[in-house]
Amino acid sequence: MAQSMWFPKLLPVTERSLLRPLLHHTTNPLLHSSTTSLRQSNLLPRRVSTAAVSPMESITVLMTCPPVHPYLVEALEKRFTLHKLDSVPDKAQFLSSHRDSIRAVVGNAAAGADAELIDQLPKLEIVSSYSVGLDKIDLAKCKEKGIRVTNTPDVLTDDVADLALGLMLAVLRRLCESDRYVRSGLWKKGDYKLTTKLFLLQFSGKTVGIIGLGRIGMAIAQRAEAFSCPISYFSRSQKPGINYKYHPSVVDLAANCDILVVACALTPETRHIINREVIDALGPKGVLINIGRGPHVDEAELVSALVEGRLGGAGLDVFQDEPNVPEELFKLENVVLLPHVGSGTVETRQAMADLVVGNLEAHFLNKPLLTPVV
Amino acid sequence: MESIAVLMTKPIYSYLQAELEKRFKVLKLWEAQDGSRFLEDHNQIIRAVVSDGGTGLSPELMAALPKLEIVSSFSVGMDKIDLGKCKEKGIRVSNTPDVLTDDVADLAIGLTLAVLRKLPASDRYVRSGMWKKGEFKLGTKQFSGKSVGIVGLGRIGQAIATRAEGFGCKISYHSRTPKPESSNYTYYPSVVDLAAHSDILVVACALTNETRHIINREVIDALGPRGVLVNIARGATVDEPELVSALVEGRLGGAGLDVFENEPNVPEQLIELDEKVVLAPHAGSGTEETRKGMADLVVGNLVAHFEGKELLTPVV
Repeated sequence: MAQSMWFPKLLPVTERSLLRPLLHHTTNPLLHSSTTSLRQSNLLPRRVSTAAVSPMESITVLMTCPPVHPYLVEALEKRFTLHKLDSVPDKAQFLSSHRDSIRAVVGNAAAGADAELIDQLPKLEIVSSYSVGLDKIDLAKCKEKGIRVTNTPDVLTDDVADLALGLMLAVLRRLCESDRYVRSGLWKKGDYKLTTKLFLLQFSGKTVGIIGLGRIGMAIAQRAEAFSCPISYFSRSQKPGINYKYHPSVVDLAANCDILVVACALTPETRHIINREVIDALGPKGVLINIGRGPHVDEAELVSALVEGRLGGAGLDVFQDEPNVPEELFKLENVVLLPHVGSGTVETRQAMADLVVGNLEAHFLNKPLLTPVV
Repeated sequence: MESIAVLMTKPIYSYLQAELEKRFKVLKLWEAQDGSRFLEDHNQIIRAVVSDGGTGLSPELMAALPKLEIVSSFSVGMDKIDLGKCKEKGIRVSNTPDVLTDDVADLAIGLTLAVLRKLPASDRYVRSGMWKKGEFKLGTKQFSGKSVGIVGLGRIGQAIATRAEGFGCKISYHSRTPKPESSNYTYYPSVVDLAAHSDILVVACALTNETRHIINREVIDALGPRGVLVNIARGATVDEPELVSALVEGRLGGAGLDVFENEPNVPEQLIELDEKVVLAPHAGSGTEETRKGMADLVVGNLVAHFEGKELLTPVV
């Protein structure tokens, strides 16, 4: 039976955020499996010939990332035959026995579709990533083989930018440390020395240096400006029409800012873009914020700089080898460590899942993809 | 001026004490074995008191210092000083406005983000090794675009509004009278109405007789199970037992608190609610930069007074 459905066209961010409540309404066509009720509500166009399109329930989708997002897993299981690679004991055996049925892959920041996997799935048509970052997908290979790729831009921009600011405030104002201080009963003990030892730094007016002035970088800049922070940035090329100060090198940017934020995509060029030289330039009063990807930073160098006091502080949502975090960081008061929750609000996780499912459905119904990358 | 005796009520800040000792004869009340005796012995020479927001100038202390000319407070809040009585007795009072506005506003936003995005709980999750065992499962809420209601649109309230606007938040407020220069924000003549229309309610008003317990059960209920209360003003603006029971019972979604009714004591139930509540030890103005600025103002006001000049930041 054909399921021609209505898809929201790609809207600019502000309009899409207005649409967001609609995406979660119970008659949302993206979530509804009953075509009858959809036709009754006049949301479906006239029925299309059933001949060419196979029912989606028989389409096999492989989730290559750990199935940690229940809403996403449920939405996929409702529509497709979903296999979770994480729960398969013999992955090689599984892939070889399913090589002719898997037509789609769903990944996230932890795992996607590398060249090896793509080679093992000759019927792969689309990779739909539950993330905006694409570093776990071999884009060149996908392009070469005509495999479509989609991600989840825009819906998570605000959350990630909010978290970047949250990390800045948490590090400079020692929010997590202060919370621990009160809960431990130390404040009650009236230890004035400890109160004055809480080395709190002002945030307002500090210079914020942003690496990568894409959607997320711009959103961070907009927020920091509300705190009267002068903004400077580094990107591959200077952006016309932008009032912020451009620095042609990351070291230069680091030397001239108080807080350095990594907000660029992870590519072979940006791996370890934060190295010892940059960390030294940022210095003992500087703070590093990473809401990009762990491999943006030379983690061993970062840890030694923090432990030795050569870097003033760090707010980190991502790490080289998640969920493993260098334990030397655990006793430091000048770091805030988060378990990769940049896009982790209930609202945004749902919107991201809707995009993943929506892109897959669009593909299998021969409609334009919602958020294509390749 | 080295012979002018200035009484410090408590060890507020080492830089402040050092600056005072450079210029005046500083008497430290907290070092005295017998406070009343100490005051009796020195009451003919003490001409100034330096105190902070939490201690202020008690009626007993005022009565014990007949030669008191000026109280220079290391705070913007004046709720612990009887301003009427000071006026009556011709005692000058100065505070530290403006220099701390940004810091307090920054903390208001910081607490909001910390509550909504569960920052301390997430940080604990990593440090305790729990992340290695599984993904962080607690639901967190978006801040951008939410409705922020501000009680008191003074310097600090306005600074909070400006910052929240950077996150696309809709701003509304309550104050004694509407502010014509803030016509782009929605004014609510009642705090209950403001709370009913806000996702996040921030207390940013001065503590006066009128604003004591301005956040009461009715307001808390209007804010509701998905609402968040942030208090960077004074503990007594909130009915603390009502706040605690609302949080425990889930009638209020969360709270970010820098101030409490009886500092440094914090209700035990708030200590236990470590996922929906974020606590700070009255650190609103606590950065190095601002504390220095405040100290310079305290000293500057005293120097101005004793030189017969205009006070820098007089209240009375």
